Amino acid sequence: MKAHLTRRYLFSASHRLHSEQMSAEENRSTYGKCNNPHGHGHNYMLEVTVSGHVDETKGMICNLVDLDAFVEREVLSRYDHENLNMLEDFELAVPTTENLCIQIYEILKRNFKFAHLEKVRLEETMMNSFEYAGGSEVRH
Amino acid sequence: MAANLMVYLTRKAEFSASHYYHVPEWSAEENRKTFGKCNNPNGHGHNYTLEVTVKGAVDPRSGFVVDLKELKETMHREVLDAMDHRFLNKEVPEFVKRVPTTENIAIAVWQRLAPKLQKAQLHRVRVYETPDLFVDFYGEE
Repeated sequence: MKAHLTRRYLFSASHRLHSEQMSAEENRSTYGKCNNPHGHGHNYMLEVTVSGHVDETKGMICNLVDLDAFVEREVLSRYDHENLNMLEDFELAVPTTENLCIQIYEILKRNFKFAHLEKVRLEETMMNSFEYAGGSEVRH
Repeated sequence: MAANLMVYLTRKAEFSASHYYHVPEWSAEENRKTFGKCNNPNGHGHNYTLEVTVKGAVDPRSGFVVDLKELKETMHREVLDAMDHRFLNKEVPEFVKRVPTTENIAIAVWQRLAPKLQKAQLHRVRVYETPDLFVDFYGEE
């Protein structure tokens, strides 16, 4: 039997939305308060959904210990309590939650081998969230 | 209103139960290594949240996809009466031989509900073990 498992994680980071391809005026009008040169921060809530066959003996899609350890090492330790604009990941891309969501999906997709990655969902605040499934339709 | 519009409806419920993870064919050492704290034979508990999503066309007379009262009663009769305030390994037949992981609980809930729902079709069973961990089951696929 195939099932989907979702795990939630929290991390906090700061960022500033600013595009090198826009004038100062265009940056201000596009990003508003998020363009503040000193940056600002969020408590991000990350949801990772994996799927797979439920092992007949263990009753699991994958061991949560493996998923937690991977996310801690590859995602949380990379972004938690960091300024996203200073990271190599965002040298060329604006650290919007769209781009961060895609970035986290790609990290998991490349290296997490214990189950199939379905999607990544990222809440920037309680009022907005973003989902990415490698370009596929998101299943609800 | 057109009668063939597909609408999805979700009903929530909560139940509290205890469980532990153990495979009798394995050594004590292998059980501990695989399941960690969850292997404590005395069990431990969770407040589970169950979300049952059904789908169907809106009935033109009642305006319902399904009578929520009936769905609620079915969930209580088939699932909550059996699992709420129980030790899953010892009191729920599915888990006498199968490990009561969140994955297997979602599958068991689906198998209990699917044959009992008449008008609406079961779309998804979601079981939260904690607010930070949940499993979705969409039936055999």
